[in-house]
Amino acid sequence: MNFFGGLLGRMSPEYFPSDPATIGAAISMPLAVLGIAGLLTYFKKWKWLWKEYITTLDAKKIGVMYIVVALVMLIRGFADTLMIRAQTAIAANGQQGPIDTDTFQQVFTAHGTIMIFFVAMGLMFGLINVALPLLIGARDVAFPFLNSVSFWLFAAGMILVNFALIFGGFSAGGWLGYPPLTGLEYSPGPGVDYWIWTLQIAGVGSLLSGVNFFVTIIKCRAPGMTLMKMPIFAWSVLVTTILIMLAFPVLTATLAMLSLDRVMDMHFFTSTAGGNPMLYVNLIWAWGHPEVYILVLPAFGIYSEIVATFARKAIFGYKTMVAALIAIMFLSFIVWQHHFFTMGAGANVNAFFGIMTAIIAVPTGVKIFNWLFTMYRGRILFASPMWWFMAFVVTFTIGGATGVMMSVPALDFQVHNTMFLVAHFHNVIIGGVLFGFLAGITYWFPKIFGFMLHEGLGKASAALWQIGFILAFIPLYALGLMGAVRRIDSYSDPSWQPFFIVSAIGVVVIGAGIFATVLQIAISIKNRKKYSVGGDPWNGRTLEWSVPSPAPHYNFAITPVVEHQDQWWYEKEHNETNKGVLEDIELPKNSSLGFFMAIAAGFFGFGVIWHLWWLVAIAFVAIVVLVIIRTMNDDSTFIITKEELAKEIGARA
Amino acid sequence: MNRRIIGPLIGVSIAAALIALGWWLVQGKQFDVLSPAGEVADQQRNLFIFTISLISLVVIPVFVMLGVFAWRYSEKNKKAKYDPSFTHSVVLESIWWGVPIAIIGVLSVVTFQTSHSLDPYRKIVSEQETVNVQVVALQWKWLFIYPELGVASLNQLPIPEDTPISFTITADAPMSAFWVPALGSQIYAMSGMNSQLNLIASQQGDFRGYATNINGEGYSDMKMTVHSWSQKKFDAWVVDTKANKPDLDITEYERLAKPSENNEELAYNLADDQLYSTILNKYMSHGAETGHSSVNEGNH
Repeated sequence: MNFFGGLLGRMSPEYFPSDPATIGAAISMPLAVLGIAGLLTYFKKWKWLWKEYITTLDAKKIGVMYIVVALVMLIRGFADTLMIRAQTAIAANGQQGPIDTDTFQQVFTAHGTIMIFFVAMGLMFGLINVALPLLIGARDVAFPFLNSVSFWLFAAGMILVNFALIFGGFSAGGWLGYPPLTGLEYSPGPGVDYWIWTLQIAGVGSLLSGVNFFVTIIKCRAPGMTLMKMPIFAWSVLVTTILIMLAFPVLTATLAMLSLDRVMDMHFFTSTAGGNPMLYVNLIWAWGHPEVYILVLPAFGIYSEIVATFARKAIFGYKTMVAALIAIMFLSFIVWQHHFFTMGAGANVNAFFGIMTAIIAVPTGVKIFNWLFTMYRGRILFASPMWWFMAFVVTFTIGGATGVMMSVPALDFQVHNTMFLVAHFHNVIIGGVLFGFLAGITYWFPKIFGFMLHEGLGKASAALWQIGFILAFIPLYALGLMGAVRRIDSYSDPSWQPFFIVSAIGVVVIGAGIFATVLQIAISIKNRKKYSVGGDPWNGRTLEWSVPSPAPHYNFAITPVVEHQDQWWYEKEHNETNKGVLEDIELPKNSSLGFFMAIAAGFFGFGVIWHLWWLVAIAFVAIVVLVIIRTMNDDSTFIITKEELAKEIGARA
Repeated sequence: MNRRIIGPLIGVSIAAALIALGWWLVQGKQFDVLSPAGEVADQQRNLFIFTISLISLVVIPVFVMLGVFAWRYSEKNKKAKYDPSFTHSVVLESIWWGVPIAIIGVLSVVTFQTSHSLDPYRKIVSEQETVNVQVVALQWKWLFIYPELGVASLNQLPIPEDTPISFTITADAPMSAFWVPALGSQIYAMSGMNSQLNLIASQQGDFRGYATNINGEGYSDMKMTVHSWSQKKFDAWVVDTKANKPDLDITEYERLAKPSENNEELAYNLADDQLYSTILNKYMSHGAETGHSSVNEGNH
């Protein structure tokens, strides 16, 4: 190998995209980035961006950045959906679809990866950052700097997954990339490596966030807030962080082994030389199944806050809600095999995992009944978050029902890996997770920005998503029963086509729903003066509504003292005020080190993908040096004295 | 009061329109999973109907309560009782722990029984002698070897009706999965490993089969047709194939095993009766050396 060959690794011009759809995307993405950079320069906002956001350690702002990235990625993931459903609506009976097979397979792999890791996880961490410290009466998270590192690792993974489109292409092996297909023999190119390193980098960020929020809940609650006085959202985050801490190391180890198979020609998961792909399938789902609950439990928590707030009634059956969360936490680790009943395990193994899976329906059902009876004898205001909740109950219940059906192994044998399965998991992930996070954004938006989102467009978005969802996914159940398997880019049976066309129409309706959300945000920002509100616009129950909107960077001027569940509601009902006293506040200073660490991590991943070993070495050293610099920084906080605070409170009053 | 009706009315109209659309769509369509042509698929169809009925016992009350509570306790309805202190009820909470537990209890018994009775590895009992078929998933086609009959076929699977078929399945390709919905039960095909499947066709006809696990470029076109024929016609096909079709030996196999898409249905005279074990053993050199077998026989 000559010198320059070594320097360029396996990069070569053939890895630039060649088909028109990808070229278009590959050109438009850098242009969009340039456009944003231009606007920032024109309005002289670089410094503002650097000081207020990029280097911030304020959980609320980090949360906003998560949500912005996740919403942009929602549009990217949705563009993938448009291509997938345009293809299947057209490519029947020998008809040529708009994209070729390899692109199609990359697109659905990217769709799954992006929607789970960069939309669902991003919205989840965003909302936890925005709301959790406020809900438990904390000034900040336990480890503010770590929080920044987590976010920037997430952003680095996001950039890698999108950069694959411009140079190298993405994996075509599905979002969980089973070997041997994703092994060196069948996928020698850089696509699978992009997929691995995207998930590795974002995954480490998720693990660090899991630790961070777990400690935050355990150590940073307001005085008096016992675990059983926490809002259900805080409980749901506590359970989720435990799942993250237990599950994400499995993902990291599994992908590391796959990467070793690919880069160093090892044989963990090959079919030859003693490797076994079944090991991979077990390991990836040992992470993958808890991951589903990691996403949905915080959404459950959000619904619990929303229903209680808008029904003007405390959550029904608080203790059973907590019990149900904990039951789901345990059960979620003993059901992973239901993702591959069809791999040939014995009848007893299948039966065990099938029964455990069905049992999860019990605590989940309990939660739904508790929400319904929170509405019972309430005074329900149907604001837009409630619309999302209603759409959630309808959509998620159908998904749960088909999930229970598929938990029966003998029945799963007939629907596994078909469109029926695709419909099922979109039912639970869109209905359960996405609707919940969109509801949460609407709900907490005024707390962060001080003005409301346009209500009418929020309701329109919920209605369009609900109708679009039914059109897009119910036909897929029928297709599954007709024999349509998942991930096909063409089919010979013309009688399937009407179903695929209706599904594509549903996707367009969902697109209108997304557009309504974008419009809602734009219009609300434009009319922010008109929509500006005080601290408690929804007549809320929990502590976040006791502080002004937008919430100050220190959250609470006076740390609240908690004596009751739904403390803020109790204070309003009984005309009491916060019993805490004014004290000095210690807050973290901004730091750019997390940002630079993530850049180094991104280059590390890029180096492994392209076999640029010199880059890998430099990036690794850079990460170590940056960590050392941070550990040697003794001057990482600043103080707001109580005099300054008193002045600020006085000015506000 | 009139204004309150508009919202729900729109909702009900949309729901009715969607149901009508669905009804129109399914007219005259062939649902392989719901119109089985074999004993296994038949029981699975019954299981499908049973579980959907059982789960409706919870789903329907949820939908009814959601609609009724949303309507009745809307803040616009000033007549409805508002009782913010009603946040706990031992009786009610016991009901919605208890009823789902009972339902899942019933389902668990069914799950356990059917996991055994419909276990893909379980041989089907019949007066007819079982036909053994060895299946090899290739990139991207299905190879069927009938070891006792001395024939083989590509992308077509002729079988005699009312006769148990016992499949032994492997792959010489990325992981695939073998599925004929009209007959029932899919199972993964993995290189270096055997999985098993037992099916039976209760009627004559052509049934479509698929690969259900993503396995590369030719995935969508990796299809097969099951020809369920009378015993007489099947016997005639075997005789004709042995006499008139080309030989399948290791050379022809290696040509077949090269990745290719959109392959025709072919038939072969089986010239190498050890072909299947040769394919299986390609992946087991190390296993043989150490004395371990990596053949997956399940827990049987």
